[in-house]
Amino acid sequence: MNRLTMLSRKPWIWSFVAAAAIWLVTILFTGGSSTASLSQATLTFAAFSIIVGLGQMLVITLGPGNVDLSVPATITLSGTVALKLMDGQDGMILVGLLVSIAIGLVIGILNYALIKFLRIPPIIATLSMSFLVQSCAIWYNRGLRVKPPEALASFSTSSTFGLPNTAIIALFLSLGVWWLLDRSLFGRWISAIGQNAFAARMAGIAVDGCRLATYVLCAVLAAICGYLLASFSGGAALNMGAEYLLMSIAVVVIGGSAVAGGNSNVPGIWGASLFMFLVVSMLNTYGFGAGVRLIMTGLIIISVIVAASRPTGSTR
Amino acid sequence: MRKTISGFLPILIPALSLVVLLAAVFYMQPRAMSYTGLNLLFNLAVPIALATIAQMIIMAVNDLDLSMGTFVSFAACVTAVYMPQQPLVACMILLAAIGVYAVLGIIITLRDLPSIVVTLGMSFVWGGLAVLILPAPGGQAPVWLRALMIAKPPFVPMAIVASVVIAFLAHLIIMRSTFGVLVRGLGGNSRSVARAGWSVLALKGAAYALAAAFAVLAGMALVGLTTSADANIALRYTLLSIAGVILGGGEFVGGRVSPIGAVIGALTLTLAGSFLSFLRISPDWQIGAQGAILIIVLALRLVINRSSQQEKAS
Repeated sequence: MNRLTMLSRKPWIWSFVAAAAIWLVTILFTGGSSTASLSQATLTFAAFSIIVGLGQMLVITLGPGNVDLSVPATITLSGTVALKLMDGQDGMILVGLLVSIAIGLVIGILNYALIKFLRIPPIIATLSMSFLVQSCAIWYNRGLRVKPPEALASFSTSSTFGLPNTAIIALFLSLGVWWLLDRSLFGRWISAIGQNAFAARMAGIAVDGCRLATYVLCAVLAAICGYLLASFSGGAALNMGAEYLLMSIAVVVIGGSAVAGGNSNVPGIWGASLFMFLVVSMLNTYGFGAGVRLIMTGLIIISVIVAASRPTGSTR
Repeated sequence: MRKTISGFLPILIPALSLVVLLAAVFYMQPRAMSYTGLNLLFNLAVPIALATIAQMIIMAVNDLDLSMGTFVSFAACVTAVYMPQQPLVACMILLAAIGVYAVLGIIITLRDLPSIVVTLGMSFVWGGLAVLILPAPGGQAPVWLRALMIAKPPFVPMAIVASVVIAFLAHLIIMRSTFGVLVRGLGGNSRSVARAGWSVLALKGAAYALAAAFAVLAGMALVGLTTSADANIALRYTLLSIAGVILGGGEFVGGRVSPIGAVIGALTLTLAGSFLSFLRISPDWQIGAQGAILIIVLALRLVINRSSQQEKAS
């Protein structure tokens, strides 16, 4: 009992409860016939939002106003460049990955340079940067659709021990970010910055270094996601990142991380990502039209937020 | 005298960037320096300016509306579908939507919710409603609205007149009225507003409703210009409106906003698009150049701010 109440106090538990409820409802509707395929698909697609969400979560941890809107453009550019560079050759897989990561590094550094040296609010800085990055992708892509290398394509669409490979990669990245956030000094520091940047600076934390590292990490994670997503879907498209803008922010908040920063958690990203995909597939299963589907998605998101919230003034 | 100059400074910088950009456009395309030219340049600025004012009101209470684009699209769809034949139904729907915004403001305050997420969720709802009302692009603009938007007042183009009227009205409401002071006070320190005996809940609801009213006007103005609507017609307004407020000298927190600056910011953003087409930049780089202009304007602001601060110090 004690353990149960402890669990119910965790901010991320609600996203899992909601995800499980929707999973059950969908399974019941189809009479249990789709259990395996639904779970597989959910894990596969949720993996992409998990990878992007992890980076966005770290940025949001930095405190009010910190958010990275260049995520979709980074996904697109990284996917486009990596695929064109690999040109379908298996030998270039590693080179493609390294180039993707390098793109993330550069975008992250440029993002923070705008924020730091031009003192542009992060929302506008990353937005402007996303315009530039998107243009680069359009210019580089030239409407071509290059197929990913055979080995990479089959890796990203297959499973190991019943788990989709993309989900396994997301799991490893999540463990890494969890260690960074919960166990390392860096995590303590970015949480401290998010709670009170001034106090953090006074306490001798290298605020600028931490923020730079966070923005770079977010861009790199987005770039890795772009690399995987392009390989998974058999080619890069110029709008492939678009849906991850709102998605990355939504999974962070539904996952129970504080929007005002300073208090984040990794498990919530998983719960929220699974939840978001399950909502879509549930509404698809029920055969609603596009309009009703959108309305239901919105109402469900808001209900989860309201259910997980506390009234003003209540003590924790 | 000194005091008035420093009071105008936040608006001076956005205005300056607008003038510089306008000069650049005139230099490249002298024919734009005419009644028709100006009207064409700034035509689409009217709905953007209205949406920017709406976003600014939300930002004045320290919130952010990520559903602005979908809400303006929704309002445009309602206007294009119902306004010509059943004006009463259209007005009822739009009023109800404003009511929903008021309720959102109250719920956000009551449960201490992050506005970003609630409006994010609402963006799905508005988008869904827009699709239900208008599944395929179409509809038509009511005659009076069309007439209003393409009216040709003497000497000054309609787009400029409308922008000035919007800026003036918003300035009166937000900067001069008691209500405006209270709303900005909420952004500055909501607890002190509450201690002074005002209902934070009612104020927040009213601020959201006012913002929704401006957003509805933005949707209607858009239909008046384009004569038809589509569920995705204004999606980019979400980011445009935020950028417009910031360009106009507004800030994300603290209730520091400037309605006149916001309208100027919206005009600057619109002009940036025309400027790029005059530059004959390859379409690949159009979006990127827009980002670059945004960065340059904000960088200039920093430089000017710094030099004015140094003057004060010396």
